[in-house]
Amino acid sequence: MAIQRRQFIAAVGGGTLAAIAGCSGTSGGGQSDGGTSAGVTGETLTLTTTTSTYDTGLLDEIHPDFEEMYGVTVDAVAQGTGAALESARNGDSDVVMVHARGLEDEFMRNGYGINRRDLMFNDFVIVGPESDPAGIQGMSSATEALTAIAESQSTFVSRGDNSGTHTKELNLWEAAGTEPGGDWYQETGTGMGEALNVANQQGAYTLSDRGTFISQLSEIDLVILVQGPIEDGPEILANPYGIMAVNPGVHDNANYDLAMAYIGWITSPGAQDAISGYRVNDEQLFFPEAVSENPDFQQYVPEGWSSDSDDE
Amino acid sequence: MSVPLEPAAPLFPVVVDLPFREGYVRSIIFVSLYVSVTAVALSTLVSLPVAMLMGFADFRGKQLVKSIINTGMGFPSVVVGLLVLFAVSNQGPLGALELIFTREAMIMSQFVLATPPITAITLAAITGVSENVRDAAHALGGTRLDVALVVIKEARYGIATAILAGFGRAISEVGSVLIVGGNITSADGVSKTRTLTTAIQLEARQGQYDTAMVLGAVLLALVLTVNAIVVRLGDEGAMR
Repeated sequence: MAIQRRQFIAAVGGGTLAAIAGCSGTSGGGQSDGGTSAGVTGETLTLTTTTSTYDTGLLDEIHPDFEEMYGVTVDAVAQGTGAALESARNGDSDVVMVHARGLEDEFMRNGYGINRRDLMFNDFVIVGPESDPAGIQGMSSATEALTAIAESQSTFVSRGDNSGTHTKELNLWEAAGTEPGGDWYQETGTGMGEALNVANQQGAYTLSDRGTFISQLSEIDLVILVQGPIEDGPEILANPYGIMAVNPGVHDNANYDLAMAYIGWITSPGAQDAISGYRVNDEQLFFPEAVSENPDFQQYVPEGWSSDSDDE
Repeated sequence: MSVPLEPAAPLFPVVVDLPFREGYVRSIIFVSLYVSVTAVALSTLVSLPVAMLMGFADFRGKQLVKSIINTGMGFPSVVVGLLVLFAVSNQGPLGALELIFTREAMIMSQFVLATPPITAITLAAITGVSENVRDAAHALGGTRLDVALVVIKEARYGIATAILAGFGRAISEVGSVLIVGGNITSADGVSKTRTLTTAIQLEARQGQYDTAMVLGAVLLALVLTVNAIVVRLGDEGAMR
């Protein structure tokens, strides 16, 4: 039996060595690849993104194509918009895919993000129990619906996590001129899926992106009460996703070559087709918008930006 | 806020359609074991000498070290995760090593989590070995090293308990590995930094409580197995 023990120790020792080797391998690889290698083959792209792109399964569906094309690996970290941008700000990711234009613009203005492109969109929907105690079913205004929920003090579940959806929700409350608060307003601090479950358990209202809601339809009894623009709802519920590379001028370890290869690939007609072809429960979750005959120039710069020095 | 499970749902669904790809569960089990076993091995290498030193020697500040170790046992894993994140982030002191979102970063945070309980319980075990045993070893002409080895042999069950406690803390924690590891799998469903605990967290986030429970059962079975193996090794060591 002593042999068994020795093998165990050998295995543990081996693991330790592998861990140490792994450390030096990572650091060495990162530096030499950037300087000498012409191609990107074998490199790893770190993408920080939102839970809605990851949890719907979209990224797992489309990434193998990119990985095969370039011989690389994509590490997708699903964090929520606020955290995804913060990771990128610290130089811990190479490319970000998020959905909160205001936060994206701030990220660009501070110099962290460059080469932004509009990627795709879906929309937000206000969901709730079929009994609809606040009577918002079919309202054409999202702000009026929220006001009705607040006035009837019906339970509303908020993400409360600085995500893109949470940011949108706060903007909606502001637009409605209502300060949410009180027993009926519950911040869960969780991802969209969990928030939907909490709302489901309590018969509460919540704001959800259509993608996550569709991918969870089989688990919950909530229904869409106020539609977004995809189903002719108000434009204020639009949910556009953008993609940006981390500025290598700020973080010189950012894998800029590969980030741009990724942005080029995901905004190409082929990948955009793959996005529109991705279906869950027979419904399309994301609508591509990168390929256009008339590109919107505002996608490249912070919204409303204009060159001040450019006076003729 | 707690989310009660649907009362209608069976507590342990006997047959659950696991919506996972071939090899997915195997790869997250591998990552869980790889990270936790390595972290606990490193912790043990540090903890045993420290505990021996504290058990056999008197020095100034011993009580302080002891209370630091005891405090470390109650350190929330999410705080450890944040500290390790600051250390390994590109902006941190170890940023140049590019350890963020790697298994090595996860090993670091589990090392920090596992070391205090292993040290504290080992210390308790060797302090508990009766003075008579030590005196006898001395009287029989043993050197300090011989005495130490005798004490370790006498305290081996306590030390095994210490290592198991450390392992239990490491493999069951979710806060720090989620932060520093990033819960990454490749697109073909092979785990890179996803462990059983972060996989459970992901399933729960998506409302897939059934599959989350199954993964929880897998984690429980894994911990039981490791416990059984360690206890068996201890018994066989004693019989020799």
